[in-house]
Amino acid sequence: MSSNTPSSSAAAAAAGSVDPSAARRNSKRPKYSKFTQQELPACKPILTPGWVISTFLIISVIFIPLGVISLFASQDVVEIVDRYDTACIPPSDRANKVAYIQGAANKSCNRTLTVPKEMKQPIYVYYQLENFYQNHRRYVKSRSDSQLRSVKDENQIDACKPEDDFGGQPIVPCGLIAWSLFNDTYTLSRKNQPLAVNKKGIAWKSDKEHKFGKNVFPKNFQKGNITGGATLNPKIPLSEQEDLIVWMRTAALPTFRKLYGKIETDLHKGDTIEVNLQNNYNTYSFSGKKKLVLSTTSWLGGKNDFLGIAYLTVGGICFVLALAFTVMYLVKPRRLGDPTYLSWNRIPGGR
Amino acid sequence: MTKCRGRRRLHLSNIYAFKGRKSSFQEDHSQIGGPGFSRVVYCNEPNSPASERRNYAGNYVRSTKYTAASFIPKSLFEQFRRVANFYFLVIGALSLTSISPYSPVSSLLPLAFVIAVSMVKEAIEDWGRKKQDIEVNNRKVKVHDGNGIFRQEEWRNLKVGDIVRVDKDEFFPADLLLLSSSYEDAICYVETMNLDGETNLKVKQGLEATSSVLHEDSDFKELKGVVRCEDPNADLYTFVGTLHSEEQRLPLSIQQLLLRDSKLRNTEYVYGAVVFTGHDTKVIQNSTDPPSKRSRIERKMDKIIYVMFGVVFLMSFIGSIVFGIETREDRVKSGGRTERWYLKPDDADIFFDPDRAFMASVYHFFTAVMLYSNFIPISLYVSIEIVKVLQSVFINNDILMYYEENDKPAHARTSNLNEELGMVDTILSDKTGTLTCNSMEFIKCSIAGTAYGRGITEVERSMAMRSNGSTLVGDELDVVVDRSGPKIKGFNFEDERVMKGNWVKQRDAVVLQKFFRLLAVCHTAIPETDEATGAVSYEAESPDEAAFVVAAREFGFEFFSRTQNGISFRELDLASGKTVERVYRLLNVLEFNSARKRMSVIVRDEDGKLLLLSKGADNVMFERLAKNGRHFEEETRKHVNEYADAGLRTLILAYREVDENEYIEFSKNFNEAKNSVTADRESLIDEITERMERDLILLGATAVEDKLQNGVPDCIDKLAQAGIKIWVLTGDKMETAINIGFACSLLRQEMKQIIINLETPHIKALEKAGEKDAIEQASRESVVRQMEEGKALLTASSSSSSQEAFALIIDGKSLTYALEDDFKKKFLDLATGCASVICCRSSPKQKALVTRLVKSGTGKTTLAIGDGANDVGMLQEADIGVGISGVEGMQAVMSSDIAIAQFRYLERLLLVHGHWCYSRISSMICYFFYKNITFGVTVFLYEAYTSFSAQPAYNDWFLSLFNVFFSSLPVIALGVFDQDVSARYCYKFPLLYQEGVNNLLFSWKRIIGWMFNGVFTALAIFFLCKESLKHQLYNPNGKTVGREILGGTMYTCLVWIVNLQMALAISYFTWVQHIVIWGSVALWYIFLMIYGAMAPSFSTDAYKVFIEALAPAPSYWLTTLFVMFFALIPYFVFKSVQMRFFPGYHQMIQWIRYEGHSNDPEFVEMVRQRSIRPTTVGFTARRAASVRRSGRFHEQLNKNFIAF
Repeated sequence: MSSNTPSSSAAAAAAGSVDPSAARRNSKRPKYSKFTQQELPACKPILTPGWVISTFLIISVIFIPLGVISLFASQDVVEIVDRYDTACIPPSDRANKVAYIQGAANKSCNRTLTVPKEMKQPIYVYYQLENFYQNHRRYVKSRSDSQLRSVKDENQIDACKPEDDFGGQPIVPCGLIAWSLFNDTYTLSRKNQPLAVNKKGIAWKSDKEHKFGKNVFPKNFQKGNITGGATLNPKIPLSEQEDLIVWMRTAALPTFRKLYGKIETDLHKGDTIEVNLQNNYNTYSFSGKKKLVLSTTSWLGGKNDFLGIAYLTVGGICFVLALAFTVMYLVKPRRLGDPTYLSWNRIPGGR
Repeated sequence: MTKCRGRRRLHLSNIYAFKGRKSSFQEDHSQIGGPGFSRVVYCNEPNSPASERRNYAGNYVRSTKYTAASFIPKSLFEQFRRVANFYFLVIGALSLTSISPYSPVSSLLPLAFVIAVSMVKEAIEDWGRKKQDIEVNNRKVKVHDGNGIFRQEEWRNLKVGDIVRVDKDEFFPADLLLLSSSYEDAICYVETMNLDGETNLKVKQGLEATSSVLHEDSDFKELKGVVRCEDPNADLYTFVGTLHSEEQRLPLSIQQLLLRDSKLRNTEYVYGAVVFTGHDTKVIQNSTDPPSKRSRIERKMDKIIYVMFGVVFLMSFIGSIVFGIETREDRVKSGGRTERWYLKPDDADIFFDPDRAFMASVYHFFTAVMLYSNFIPISLYVSIEIVKVLQSVFINNDILMYYEENDKPAHARTSNLNEELGMVDTILSDKTGTLTCNSMEFIKCSIAGTAYGRGITEVERSMAMRSNGSTLVGDELDVVVDRSGPKIKGFNFEDERVMKGNWVKQRDAVVLQKFFRLLAVCHTAIPETDEATGAVSYEAESPDEAAFVVAAREFGFEFFSRTQNGISFRELDLASGKTVERVYRLLNVLEFNSARKRMSVIVRDEDGKLLLLSKGADNVMFERLAKNGRHFEEETRKHVNEYADAGLRTLILAYREVDENEYIEFSKNFNEAKNSVTADRESLIDEITERMERDLILLGATAVEDKLQNGVPDCIDKLAQAGIKIWVLTGDKMETAINIGFACSLLRQEMKQIIINLETPHIKALEKAGEKDAIEQASRESVVRQMEEGKALLTASSSSSSQEAFALIIDGKSLTYALEDDFKKKFLDLATGCASVICCRSSPKQKALVTRLVKSGTGKTTLAIGDGANDVGMLQEADIGVGISGVEGMQAVMSSDIAIAQFRYLERLLLVHGHWCYSRISSMICYFFYKNITFGVTVFLYEAYTSFSAQPAYNDWFLSLFNVFFSSLPVIALGVFDQDVSARYCYKFPLLYQEGVNNLLFSWKRIIGWMFNGVFTALAIFFLCKESLKHQLYNPNGKTVGREILGGTMYTCLVWIVNLQMALAISYFTWVQHIVIWGSVALWYIFLMIYGAMAPSFSTDAYKVFIEALAPAPSYWLTTLFVMFFALIPYFVFKSVQMRFFPGYHQMIQWIRYEGHSNDPEFVEMVRQRSIRPTTVGFTARRAASVRRSGRFHEQLNKNFIAF
């Protein structure tokens, strides 16, 4: 943690000056340098009215346009959100949703979405879960990165308890995250024409290439007495199981979206989209919502007005502050150096 | 060599009255061989089996704290004694268990780093001591090798029993038994500066039995002897032992013991036997570790750390409760269903088991404590240490605190107290050697009733100012007295009437001659003639003594040789007008001691006349004058009083001719008394000398100035303007002390002096009667009454709101009573109400007691400054001890925290370095807590969104490197380089110093303000990042936000904000600041890239997170920018408003500098003056007072002088 070279050289100089073995005529006079005498040329900024007002003005001048641009970007995004967790349960079963979802009944469900505006491809399909703690520590830790990466590490399942092995054989991929893989499926069609949802390229490239092995195949997955979520095709290597890869990158917050696939055709305003979905995933136990989301993107990402509004607000506040300070400086010019309020003058006797 | 031969015949012990006495410890010697007295030394046979068996320690001395072997365990132990380090060690240990929220390496590595840095610092410091040890241990000394031959040997190889020969001006390598010296009677002179700080020489004398046979190297061939003596102990003033030699048992005392680290002076050589070596020597037994002092700020910082511990535990507790509840909710419900089934709560281990939710929450508590450990800045201590060391380097290298004359730079011996230097409320100063130079200068004399000497003392100058009330006089005096030019040390006398031989033309030339002769003869100094130039210099027991001989020399009475029974000097013969050499036979020396207060010599002059020459204090001398010797008594008394007023030390010179018979009688009695072994031997001698020293004839008086050090009045004035109170604690007489007080402006005419002493007739009468209890009772009552009266005056003055200043002057005897438990409160009350306090005649113990009283009574920081061994207690007691590395030896410096060469450097040390260090350290600590709270609260907030499962928001390494990498250098740069106000303005506005005294920059208000700022920043970072990166798409490729992206973004904001906050907070930007601040931000991005490029098994979720996810996403950059500015706006607004409308004092000065008002004298004066209660001490105050006074009618001078 050497504070940087100059100070250590100063220390060395000091050490030299106290060296007792140095001959007497070797003066202990400290060497003069601007550095050791603490006289380095320095900028000594001071918050003058000019600086304060111009700082606020500059911030507002930058922030307001940025806010406008961000807001426009967010407004350009077309987003269709459809909550289906309750709707997809037959009214008769709604009293006990958990029993329904855990039952053996047919879970397929049809939803109809209307496109409100032109949507340019690529249109991204997401599922959104709420009140699902993918960031719970027990959950986050319950995976084995090395096992996912290479076959020879498939026995490294220590972190995966209780989803670690099946009958003494390691589960690949092990752990709670993989075990609870989301398993609702969506089949989209427009005007009775199937709408292709491309499920390739939905995962981060680095995950596909470096974290999930090309020759690691699912083993003993979902063989336990309780099935968690989706099953995996044991023929396909993990690096190709993009749904799993997406799911395994745990969300930051209890409400999250995960990419399901891409629609690579434009959708037009007024189009109705039929969604045939398999409502398999149990969010009912913990009263979690499930939503299907179709969204385009802008340069900034998805639909989120927050950033634009925030920029505008802060830009505005800074503008107001600039005005306020101008007024204050004009109205209340204070004779500087009036020391009557210095704290030690207020104490009687000064002690 | 001839000179050496000449010396060998000297039998000095015969002419000294009190020295060379026989040991009178007979009763102690019976204990030899018993417990505590078991040491046996076989002289001259260190390698004999008998002494081998004893196996005494060698002479190797180690002052280092560690050895190579003990360094690791011992310094580790030292490190973990710190509560914060221990905490992190526990955290590190816990991180090895499965309850850890992060990987153990990431928490142990920073700890290891921090500890390693501290240990390296320790090692470097210890290495410095080691080098010193090596130097000392390898010094050479001549050791007898058995055949009468002495050869060079390193100190460390000395063994108990070795015979060594030490030459002039060499240090003694161990405690030696003096066997013989170059003087026939085996005396030698020893300088004990390193032991007790006294510069005067002490006489030691070997036993006659040894000295009579041992003269040469070869005499030691056959020497045998066994010394039985006490075990090693720390008492410097006693030694008990016996020498068994050839059937004789000879008692040994401290008179025969030469102590290690003292120096042989004025003696060609001595032979000695090694008795104690190495760590057994008395000086090393004596060395105690100085009390370790901690600064107020650090103690407060500890409190903050405890508060932070409290906060951590509270947050963990809250988290654990919530976690416990949520975990219990996960219980298996009826029908085998579980709520958060994806966590498999039915199959959970203890940490997450809903059925054992209580235990789970207990475990969680520990996990959370680990998670929040970032609240406690792990690098705080080490950063502060580094900063303080660098600050000390700056202090040591300050060219303006370097004293050319004796080549001494300032030296911060401990770096612990730098910031304390900026908070000093009261300075307790020694007088002699601190305020004054302790170089005595002969400046005036009064001979035969005529005053000579035109030199003007510092005090006279100030007195002239006093009576005229104008500075003009002072300036004129400055013109008159040109103090520059070549000067003779100890002599500052100017008077053409007596200089250059002109004295012969004076009316009283005969008296003048006697006077000068007395100066040349009556002393114990030893001349040294420079062989090359023939110039004579003197070694004297005290600087006064030297001044007299030098003065005599300058008057033309050059004392140049001292032999066993003669004193030779050159003088001008009155009759012939030529320089002649005269030799006086020296018969007896009746030495000076504090009880006698006089010294005399009895000599026989060349005409065979017997003379008693005597000099002494006025009160003892005047009463010893003969009826016919009081010729000039009146004038002399007058002059002596004048001299005393001028702050000079006076001595009366007198003589008488002694009748031959009387001397024979005296000599007989005297020798008898000297050789007696009875207990009342000393009083017997006293009585005999007393009878001799009477019926004297007055010659005149001398005046010696104890000169004020350069710049002392200026410095005191500045310190007073800075609002620092200055107390003078001196061992001097009250008059001298008051005079010095006037000279350095601590006292001035308008001040009411409250004098407390016990010189009342009533008490004197009691003392005569000698009733101890009665004296004590009366004294106590008197002191209390005087204090109460003083207090009443103070209250009266403060209620009438007049700006009267008071000075308290108290003497040592009164102080004894004032410091008693029952009254010390009263005393302190009175003293703190006074502008100046002077304690005279105070003992070292009292000095320390007063210091403790001020320290604990007022609760403010005290600084003690002193130069002598008598100040050691005071220096160690005070919050800061400053030693003057002047002439009085090293004792004070060795026990001080900071050593400076001159009192006046105190000004720069306090006003500039003190203020800087204080403002730096306090800003630094505030900032430290700010950044860690910011960091910790974001972690807490995120955890709240993971249902308190102790999931950290950031990657393990981000978490642990925050303190060490991304925020450490700027804060160190702040601590080392920041200057709120430049040195020039520190001087110009001394009042700035009050910021430290009142602790404004480290008040709870400011600390909590910063903490609040931290909490706000954390809230801004977390919620803004969370909102802007909500569940929606994150980049144009439709990817969404994962934990690593939120964490990375928050962390980026964090690094930017804490560094920008630093940039906003400091007021001094050099290239260093630019490098470290922007470098830290850059380092974060670089780290992110490098770390992200490492194999995913190591970088885990940070793998390629910057390259792939963060950097290409505009929303990442926009979020960073926005959060960054948003979080800083409140501070910016606050600072703008405060700077403009409520500036602190340093900010006002910044404005003054900025607006160029510093050239507007009126404005500057306004800021400087109006801003505090009027200064009451220092010459500025005096000038102001004199202006006030001239406006009013002239008050009588003595009206203000109130003596009780």
